Amino acid sequence: MKITLQVNGEPREVDVAENTLLVDVLRVNLGLTGTHVGCDTSQCGACTVHLDGRAVKACTVLAPQADGANVLTIEGIGTPDELHPMQAAFRECHALQCGFCTPGMIMQAIDLVENGDQLDNAAIREGLEGNLCRCTGYHNIVRAIQSVADAG
Amino acid sequence: MYPFNYHKPETVADAVALFNDADDAMYLSGGMTLIPTMKQRLAAPTDLIDLSGIAEMTGIDVAADKVTVGAFTRHNDVATSGAIGETLPVLAQLAGLIGDNQVRNRGTIGGSLANSDPAADYPAAVIGLGATVHTQERAIAGDEFFQDLFETALQPGEIVTRIEFPVPTRAAYRKFPNPASRYAVVGVLIADFNGAIRVGVTGAGPCAFRASGLEEVLNQNLDPEALEGVEVPDAGFNSDLHASAEYRAHLVKVMARRALNDLLS
Amino acid sequence: MSEAIAEDTGIGAPVRRREDARFITGTGRYTDDLNQPGQVYGVFCRSPHARAKINGVDAEEALGIPGVLGVYTGTEMVADGIGDLPCGWLVKDKAGNDMRSAPHPPLAATQVNYVGEPYALVVADSLQAARQGAESVNAEFEELHAVVELGSATVSEQIYEGIDHNLAYEWALGEEDATRMAFARAAHVTTLELTNNRLIPNAMEPRACLGVHDAATGDYTLYTTSQNPHLERLVLSAFVQVAPEHKLRVVAPDVGGGFGSKIFIYAEETAVIWAAAKVGRPIKWVADRSESFLADAHGRDHITRAELALDEQGRFTGLRVKTTANLGAYLSTFGSSVPTYLYGTLLAGQYKTPNIYVEVQGVYTNTAPVDAYRGAGRPEATYVVERIVEQAARELGKDPADLRRMNMIQPEDFPYETPVALTYDTGNYEASLDKALELIDYAGFEGRRAAAAEQNKRRGIGFACYIEACGLAPSKLAIELGAGVGLYESGEIRMNPTGNVSVFTGSHSHGQGHETTFAQVVSDKLGVPYDDVDIVHGDTGRMEFGLGTYGSRSLAVGGSALIAAAEKIIEKGKKIAAHMMQTTPEQVDFDDGTFSLQDSNQSVTIQEVAFAAYVPADYPEDLEPGLTEKAFYDPNNFTYPAGTHIAEVEVDIETGVVELVNFVAVDDFGHIINPLIVHGQVHGGVAQGAGQALMEHGIYDEYGQLQTGSMMDYCLPRADDLPDFQVDTTVTPCTHNPLGVKGCGEAGAIGSPAAIMNAVTHALGTKDIAMPATPEKVWRAVRGE
Repeated sequence: MKITLQVNGEPREVDVAENTLLVDVLRVNLGLTGTHVGCDTSQCGACTVHLDGRAVKACTVLAPQADGANVLTIEGIGTPDELHPMQAAFRECHALQCGFCTPGMIMQAIDLVENGDQLDNAAIREGLEGNLCRCTGYHNIVRAIQSVADAG
Repeated sequence: MYPFNYHKPETVADAVALFNDADDAMYLSGGMTLIPTMKQRLAAPTDLIDLSGIAEMTGIDVAADKVTVGAFTRHNDVATSGAIGETLPVLAQLAGLIGDNQVRNRGTIGGSLANSDPAADYPAAVIGLGATVHTQERAIAGDEFFQDLFETALQPGEIVTRIEFPVPTRAAYRKFPNPASRYAVVGVLIADFNGAIRVGVTGAGPCAFRASGLEEVLNQNLDPEALEGVEVPDAGFNSDLHASAEYRAHLVKVMARRALNDLLS
Repeated sequence: MSEAIAEDTGIGAPVRRREDARFITGTGRYTDDLNQPGQVYGVFCRSPHARAKINGVDAEEALGIPGVLGVYTGTEMVADGIGDLPCGWLVKDKAGNDMRSAPHPPLAATQVNYVGEPYALVVADSLQAARQGAESVNAEFEELHAVVELGSATVSEQIYEGIDHNLAYEWALGEEDATRMAFARAAHVTTLELTNNRLIPNAMEPRACLGVHDAATGDYTLYTTSQNPHLERLVLSAFVQVAPEHKLRVVAPDVGGGFGSKIFIYAEETAVIWAAAKVGRPIKWVADRSESFLADAHGRDHITRAELALDEQGRFTGLRVKTTANLGAYLSTFGSSVPTYLYGTLLAGQYKTPNIYVEVQGVYTNTAPVDAYRGAGRPEATYVVERIVEQAARELGKDPADLRRMNMIQPEDFPYETPVALTYDTGNYEASLDKALELIDYAGFEGRRAAAAEQNKRRGIGFACYIEACGLAPSKLAIELGAGVGLYESGEIRMNPTGNVSVFTGSHSHGQGHETTFAQVVSDKLGVPYDDVDIVHGDTGRMEFGLGTYGSRSLAVGGSALIAAAEKIIEKGKKIAAHMMQTTPEQVDFDDGTFSLQDSNQSVTIQEVAFAAYVPADYPEDLEPGLTEKAFYDPNNFTYPAGTHIAEVEVDIETGVVELVNFVAVDDFGHIINPLIVHGQVHGGVAQGAGQALMEHGIYDEYGQLQTGSMMDYCLPRADDLPDFQVDTTVTPCTHNPLGVKGCGEAGAIGSPAAIMNAVTHALGTKDIAMPATPEKVWRAVRGE
């Protein structure tokens, strides 16, 4: 079936089977491989993107459910020359090591800062409950998000 | 995932008609359980009927004595609803404890109830608050809705359209999350309706239930100390890697006491 | 080198990582992000049984599914002359006999021995068709009794013909008689029974590979999630014989974490690269997380009885350890060495215990193979030593810090030869202990404990003063002890004609940040701007050889190889510079990127020298053009990072929930190249150690079915399970490598489980609680069960 969606501000149309996942539309059909798949039970959050402005796990959204939607992925928030503040903070605070969870972590972190008020250490940690990182122990991820939250 | 036909009706009537016409249809709400199950090839409907386009299933309506939530309302919409936060804060708080942020942005109350996962949070609210579950055909009392493990009073093709929650004088919910999945190992909601106490328990048994033993005690004496001597029998309770039936029974008591402390404070 | 460079990017500077630019923008390239023209997809058929005979594999139905191109079985692999997956470390038992290896075919042909073991590969032109094909392969299994429980495995049914008691080996180290004497004379003996729980590594990127065969040239290319692509190539060529070494290129692109689990040569990439030639199309395979749980090598899984003998003053006089180690169904690539040479040798810890004797039974069970996972043997050793030392302090009524202090090897004792085969080169263990005590505010603990008690919580504090052996390893020693390969590392530095530098290392980064730290090292050594140095790794087609990254060896061994190569560059550069300045090399000094003539103001830059080397118009007659040098560095000892970790926990006695509320790590890693990265490594290691202590447990049921086969049941630490960590360092430089570095990748996971469990048992007042200290277990302990 044909699906039309806005991806990172660009209108895109793909022709996919009904049982295609949004994450595969992004990775396979559109070549946006920054969104990763780290599990098959919707736990790890590596596939987190924004769907109509909300953080969701793209491995648990069917392509037809995203028909007509606005999708924002890690590729759409900044470039190496013009980083999103969250991307810059992750680099500054050494909030990533292998980088595999990072795109999902950043997309959730942006949602958290945009929608959360009074983000202290505990609130940030709680806000990351849908994202697993095996490298950093989260310490520097929390610092990075805190720095963005504090900067307003 | 096995192939299926996808439908996105705009009315409940159309959804039901599609359901009846298909060989083996399933309704798709938020998809937070169904999609992973289909990915693992453990469910293989011929037709998937997406309920997201049905306007009559959305919306939150808050009156002084009653909060009505459309079945397609996503968890975060309940959690962050200012009106619910003011009138029925326990529901907003409970919704904010479901899964994680990304799951709360997709999952819906109707989907959660229809699935009747023994460890889901919302059933504790339906039971504890004595809610009424509405479908296209009838109104089902919350106490009658959950029947067994993943089994509800819903008939094939029946769709949960909205849920009505009576507003108690005060209420509180405590959850002991499974450290891995964040589902409730045990969740207890206590509500006080002008002195009449209801206790809804999720996680402990095959489906959510009223803890009548606890209610009896608390109806006589709404005091955490009153719970000390109460026995919570663990017969029929769930037992798995994370918690034995005995431990679950103990947690019911601890969560009940903590919820009661919250309620009284 | 300008001052600005020294401040920003030199050795010791917290340089922000250059690799981050791609990872934070979603432009990293992991194996699953790569595609090849004509690519098809592979899905494995995996055993549903823990132990069964395969009486036949019927692929007819699968081959009838549209899109299915082939079904490849173990029988065909054998017929094609594909060899077994080897174990790379031959351990001899205490009688001097070779360990007993169970044959390990990449695809099971006649018998399956653990749930998830692959027995066939289905290849199709879509992933969907491949999955359906795999479901349609009909294998006829004859179920056999599975040996699952470690404690009774040696008295259970024999799994393999010729391997009595399911024992791969009974290995021992140390002086048995002398240790017995020490116990006979002891004033006090502390005994402890411990389990070290099975862990499932769960790097966030699941394993994956993409196998390509070019029929015209006979070249094979394997893109795979490997920590050591050259070792992968060597094993696939020399042992498995999939392809000749010069015709096989192995590329490990961006790799999303490994923690040991991506060291090993697995069945999947072996079958995929073999089948790529048979089907004539590139094949991609990407593990589902569920497959990772079943078929990645697991870690730890020991049962141990330990005894510590002490004299009247509390000095340790003897340590006796008997361990049963689960090896799983097969010996994985380094599975045999982990519970022996990487474990028994570390049992001296930081102490002057004069007599140590350890016996290890390596046991086969019908479970996934067990191999190195972050720390690999050293966390297990630290767990034994630090738990029993803490217990001894409790039994003797001594302060655990004091008891440790009085037994520690002192700075003047180095080099210190332990009774378990290692010679520690340097260290200052009390310095780390003192700093850690200060950071945790040890004096204030009783106050914090009282405050917790008011909240109905029990607070406990626990120590671990660990040591580890890293920088694997002196090749001669390792090969003598059974290693199948040398454990040196290679490095190559190419000064390009325009003066910038391309650096090639056999080490491999899967999150460690080599592209940054190695550039810091080379920039510092050669005095070229940091931005002019590029680090290349992870491709057998681009660098000569390498042994990869594990055992915290990259900087100590790989970094040292780069220093050696840089020294050769400088040496040759001096000859060229001397010619340019019309003098002799002996008259030329090198510093900060500049070759200068002694006692003069004449100088040439390294960039000018590089240009001259490639445009040799006016050039020494007897010198080859070009300025490229390579070096192999073979360490002459292990490095010995050490430190003190202190944990504080609070136990909710009503629910049994343990909260890790404070964690201090003070580590001595020798010199530090980039403190930002070092601290990050410690954070991650501590999180994994906390996972082991409190949450993670790979559990099989009695039939050998994995009960914790998904992230729904196997509990990985999340952000809200952990506190902020307090991390600091002390420094005694390693004495035998040019950088004075020791390695920092595993320390966090080595010290933390013992520290946390000492804190939990302290809080509960119990002798032991088996890891992980999950709520129900702790609740039962509180109730005295």
